Amino acid sequence: MITSVLMRKHRGSLVASVLLALAPIAAHSDSAVERGEASAAICIACHQADGNGIALPGANPWPRLAGLDPDYLANQLRAFKSGERQSAEMTPFATMLSDEQIDDVAAYYSSLEARTPESSTEVSRDVLDAGQKLARYGDWNRYIVPCTSCHGPDNQGVGSAFPDISGQHADYLAQQLTAWREGTRRGDPLGLMQAIAERMTDDDVTAVSAWLSTQPPADGRVAKAGGKAE
Amino acid sequence: MKFNMSLLASTMASTARSVLILGSVVLMCGAFGDALAQSGAKGDEDALLGLDAIAPGAPMPRKGQFVHVPPTMDDLEASSFHPKLKEAIRRGRDLFVNTQQLRGKNVFNDLNCASCHMGEGRLPFSSPVWPAAIILPNYRPKNDHVNSLEERIAGCFSFSMNGKPPAYGSDDMLALTAYHQWLARGVPMYQPGNMMYGRGYPRIAEPDIEPDAVRGEAVYQAQCAICHGPDGAGTSARGEVVFPPVWGDGSYNWGAGISRVFSLAAFAKHNMPLGKPRSLSDQEAWDVAVYINSRERPQDPRYTGDVRETRQMYLESFHKSTLYGTEFEGRLLGDHDNVGEKDFLKPDVLRPRSFAAPGQGD
Repeated sequence: MITSVLMRKHRGSLVASVLLALAPIAAHSDSAVERGEASAAICIACHQADGNGIALPGANPWPRLAGLDPDYLANQLRAFKSGERQSAEMTPFATMLSDEQIDDVAAYYSSLEARTPESSTEVSRDVLDAGQKLARYGDWNRYIVPCTSCHGPDNQGVGSAFPDISGQHADYLAQQLTAWREGTRRGDPLGLMQAIAERMTDDDVTAVSAWLSTQPPADGRVAKAGGKAE
Repeated sequence: MKFNMSLLASTMASTARSVLILGSVVLMCGAFGDALAQSGAKGDEDALLGLDAIAPGAPMPRKGQFVHVPPTMDDLEASSFHPKLKEAIRRGRDLFVNTQQLRGKNVFNDLNCASCHMGEGRLPFSSPVWPAAIILPNYRPKNDHVNSLEERIAGCFSFSMNGKPPAYGSDDMLALTAYHQWLARGVPMYQPGNMMYGRGYPRIAEPDIEPDAVRGEAVYQAQCAICHGPDGAGTSARGEVVFPPVWGDGSYNWGAGISRVFSLAAFAKHNMPLGKPRSLSDQEAWDVAVYINSRERPQDPRYTGDVRETRQMYLESFHKSTLYGTEFEGRLLGDHDNVGEKDFLKPDVLRPRSFAAPGQGD
């Protein structure tokens, strides 16, 4: 709409062609979120209306999508669609989405407010402490690098490659770390996550997942590669 | 890496056990009969398996090499050290992993000590810092005089951190040296440098073909750019550097040890991409090192005002291994007055020493 107004006003001018190139991007964001909300109607059943997911004891955990980096989310949807990332639950839904719908849905979930999940698993203080130590300092004797070395300060994510894992559901984190370790999840950049997960024990996975789930998620500020945080 | 128990020196078995009790693991590898295996020293076997975990895929220790896995922070807490010594060592470790807390005072780029000395300075093949506490004071070709441990650390601040070291004897310097020395706990003093397993960035094989920046750029964009940025400027998030810059103002200067191509090649081979040590081929490591170390960075603090002259002055001891002061892709590298974020060229503390008797000195 904005575009068409500009076209009438500045038709033929250089200014118009520059604005034409820029306007769709600016206009894209809001309407992408709106369109994404419509496309996401079907996602609510599992990821919940607020996008914060849910993990009930004994049930498949549904991850928080709210506040995650839009490109990360879009990449995951595309990976489900292409079969690079396997999930009996997600693949059918991802396959239904067009390329544009994937970007829209990703923009929508990225715009939602993230919150720390209510604890779904009971773990001891010792386990949480072990998890905190792994997340912050790693265990270099086993070449397990700290989570923060890639997922950034407070593990709240860096760019589109390293998602915010702070305040994610423990059961989901554990499920995914296990999938990396067993090779059933692939497609991480350079195989970085897989290399670390393969060195982790069950106890490591339980501890670090439990501790991360108790931490606050990012507030939506996102870092871009090659530059400072916005 | 599968360890052959016969590599162990039986003479060191008792040392290994005694140090194990203190929370460190020290083993001498070399001619070893069945004595150790038969001694049933379980800790020793664990240590060998442990070496496989801390240095996955690393070359085996050579005959006679000293293998040391430094103590962990848990070992420190469990030790009988005086609480005030524990405080000093904790402070040293904190400075080591978060050197950015000294930004603008001692550090004028985006690096931490642990950016290059990974695993908190404990990791073999990542220039672990305990050997510095073992071989110093000693003569150092880079500055052609006898250096103390403090002076060695000052070198890192001046070149790698493009900054100004904490004063000798200061609380920060003492904390850092305490951390270094504690990591070396149990290792005999003044061993030959090349007999310490995993010291420095052990040299990798010479490249099959001449290292090339064009191929290196392709390696960089494929394997490094996701973290260090397509322009080498690193990546920050929420105000903290996550992945350090590898060239440009935020990176090490032209006098830093890792600006030598063979050093960066070995670092990259043994440590990068993060968590995947020794995944690059030797050729890829050489190529990417030439690419990165032919980009611009802050001036060498020893700059005389003439880059060719400066290169020549420090050629044998240093610059023969860098591209500084050479023509590269039509540019004379290092031919500028850019000192990065700081407002001085050379920290005053970098000065020669001599211990010759009066009238005989150099």
